[in-house]
Amino acid sequence: MAETVLETQGLTMRFGGVTASDNVNFKLKARELRCLIGPNGAGKSTFFKCVTGLLTPTEGHVFMRGQEVTGWHPHQIASLGVGIKTQTPNVLDALSVRENIWLAARRFHPVSEARDRSDEMIDRLALGSIARSSLGQLAHGERQRVELGLVAVADPWLVLLDEPAAGMSAQDVERMTAIIHDLTKTAAVVIVEHDMQFIRSIADTVTVFHQGAVLMEDHVDRVMSDAQVRAVYLGKKT
Amino acid sequence: MDLTFVIIVETLYAVASLVLISAGLAVVFGMMKVINLAHGEFMMMGGYVTITAVGLGVNVFVAMLVIAPLVVGLIGLVVERLVIRHLYGRLVDTMLATWGLSLVFIGLATMIFGNTTTGISTPITGFAVGNYQINGYNFFIIVVSIVLVIGIYAVLRGTRAGLIARGAMQRSDMAAALGYSPDRIYMATFFCGSALSGLAGAVLAPLVGLVPTSGGAYIAKAFITVIAGGPALIAGLVSSATSFGVVSQVFTFAISPVFGEVALLVLAVILLRAMPQGITGRLFKGKL
Amino acid sequence: MARTALQDVLLTLVVSALLIWIMPMLIGTYTLTVLVIYGMLGLSLGLIWGFGGILCFGQAAFFGLGAYTYAIAAINIGESTLPMLLAVLVPAIFAALLGAMMFYGRLTDVYLGVITLVVTLILFKFVNSTAGPQYVIGKARLGGFNGIPGFQTLNVPGDPGAYIWGDPYYYVCAVALVIVFLLVTWLLRSSFGRIALGIRENEVRMGLMGYDVAARKTVMFAIGAAIAGLAGALFANWGEIVTPSLFSLGQSAEIIIWCIVGGLGTRIGPIIGAAGLAYLKFLLGQQSLIDNTLITGLILVLFVLFLPKGLAPAIAALFRAVFGRTRRKPDARRMRRARHG
Repeated sequence: MAETVLETQGLTMRFGGVTASDNVNFKLKARELRCLIGPNGAGKSTFFKCVTGLLTPTEGHVFMRGQEVTGWHPHQIASLGVGIKTQTPNVLDALSVRENIWLAARRFHPVSEARDRSDEMIDRLALGSIARSSLGQLAHGERQRVELGLVAVADPWLVLLDEPAAGMSAQDVERMTAIIHDLTKTAAVVIVEHDMQFIRSIADTVTVFHQGAVLMEDHVDRVMSDAQVRAVYLGKKT
Repeated sequence: MDLTFVIIVETLYAVASLVLISAGLAVVFGMMKVINLAHGEFMMMGGYVTITAVGLGVNVFVAMLVIAPLVVGLIGLVVERLVIRHLYGRLVDTMLATWGLSLVFIGLATMIFGNTTTGISTPITGFAVGNYQINGYNFFIIVVSIVLVIGIYAVLRGTRAGLIARGAMQRSDMAAALGYSPDRIYMATFFCGSALSGLAGAVLAPLVGLVPTSGGAYIAKAFITVIAGGPALIAGLVSSATSFGVVSQVFTFAISPVFGEVALLVLAVILLRAMPQGITGRLFKGKL
Repeated sequence: MARTALQDVLLTLVVSALLIWIMPMLIGTYTLTVLVIYGMLGLSLGLIWGFGGILCFGQAAFFGLGAYTYAIAAINIGESTLPMLLAVLVPAIFAALLGAMMFYGRLTDVYLGVITLVVTLILFKFVNSTAGPQYVIGKARLGGFNGIPGFQTLNVPGDPGAYIWGDPYYYVCAVALVIVFLLVTWLLRSSFGRIALGIRENEVRMGLMGYDVAARKTVMFAIGAAIAGLAGALFANWGEIVTPSLFSLGQSAEIIIWCIVGGLGTRIGPIIGAAGLAYLKFLLGQQSLIDNTLITGLILVLFVLFLPKGLAPAIAALFRAVFGRTRRKPDARRMRRARHG
């Protein structure tokens, strides 16, 4: 029985009168890959922000490796060894690819080791040819890949990705999929995603959100063929 | 009893003058998200325009309420066309450029009027309440700022221009998509904002000895009032002017005028720390 | 552009030695001293703004605090060594407290500007109102708008009778500036400096990487204040009086203008901007045709509009264009270590 690395109990987030996240109980085991899906406004992103510390939940608790982290700052959560990628590419535009990755590596390693690790990561992501370009000059897919590199270079045991495949070409998505599979050798991965194609190609267990709450949680094939899920996605009344 | 009356009038006056000082800056910030650090100098120019016009034989109220706003508004228009419009969307750069402009205006005023104190006498005489002397002009200031607030509200609520302005305040891109040229909206806004600054400077001119650097005394207070007020134009202006005015008067009467000023500034720091979005970012949401 | 740390230090030493030697032949050392001090003040804001992304509208507050701390301590102690240290420490501690309050409150941009501006005003108003005899710290009367005159000026450490003034004082200030410059260079090359650069670029990302952004910004802010405080103490020694105008908004505005004109994001830019503009002001002060303030303001407006990056990057670009050294990417220097890896 693998250890539980991420757990939420009764996680609730209200904005004024709107309940964006409603009593979510969620469990994730070590080295598990989990996709969170749901239509727009289903509360996936709010859940994601509560877990990563970008928002403080109104009620409920978040645990990571058994430690309560509710209300922690993102940097404290990241310091535990949690890798986070936000929805929009969040990189350091004026700095080069190498500097970006070095900064992420430096957080957990001394200077010389950080240098070796960032070189290694640049090779692994095939970023060598653009290693000295600043991020502001790069294409969207490359920026996403660099951001994934920032996350991976820190050797996280839990990775949280918000829409990593958004706006990417088919080739970029393929490369992204390989990197994520690589990550699951050492880390549990949570992916918030819209793109069904991508989810089919990568997911095993899927959690479906609807109106802030968890609608169902099952294997991807069963979820995809579920009448209720289809109704939610197509907007039909059940 | 007399003292209570005096304190109430003085407090109302403090709030009113804060509203007056900040209105022009608030309009420009609320509509354009531009912080005009030359705002104090616009007020200074309003004062000089009034004094010059009165010197030329114009009635003092005409000079204050008509000529000064018009002249300063036109100066604002020139400034907007020459400098500000190149910097939209760059908040810090506009702050720096308008700071530079403020120095330019100080320099110009020094060259034209000299580095000496000028002033005009208050056109309304004071009167006594028991043992205390009250400056009658303070009532005029209170009336002007009440009229001003009601006026801004009426324009925003009741006119077509106000509707466009409110739209542009919320979503300038949508206003543009609906065919209202943001360029013209900004021009008009900056004209109005500058005219309000000119009006404020003119109305306050009889109370202060005017020097080219007078603007510096206003800008900090106006800046603080507007930022602490937050996104809602009128509610923000009135609520933050009230809090600052009351607190500074309480400390002025309790200890000394210097402590009144310091208390105002300390309150500003506390307010911003507690409510970084301003008072109306937290309370009075969605109001005007 | 691609220099190693050693080359950087050697170049700095050679150039500054030459300048320290040559400049007194062109400008009197009395004026030159204050230019050097302003250069240090410019560097203090250039560091936190250009490399830390912290726009402080009240850098003059730390300058004034340093000057007043020195004056008050010097009167009480009667020897200059400890007051010099205090003049660095007091502004740094003050900035650390203020910075912690602001940065842990996650205030940014405009709000930071307002608060630093307001704090400067508070200090200015408070010090201005301390004319009465009840405002005394130890043996030192604060003196209100009259300021504090007649304190012990810089002496050879341990010998209160051996004053350092005139030409030697110029050399002391110049060497102090070189040392501060080298320390800033070292800081920016260290991990701390590179992380600060990352924070300037994107605070959220740096937070998600696990860096405590608020703590690091606070430290950066305090370092800037320490340098400004040192400049303030040196200024107090130069002027032999401290007045509340040191805290004034006009002073803060000037520091910002120096940085804009000289060039943000460079180490040398703010120093050149400060010394250059201060000297210009000194020259303009000798004529009365055009008002001084007008020219300062015009310079600021024109730079924001037409040369927002400032002089130093523009000159560097010109230099590269003329001497054709454009083969390397601009970021090559910073990545020196990684390239050897």
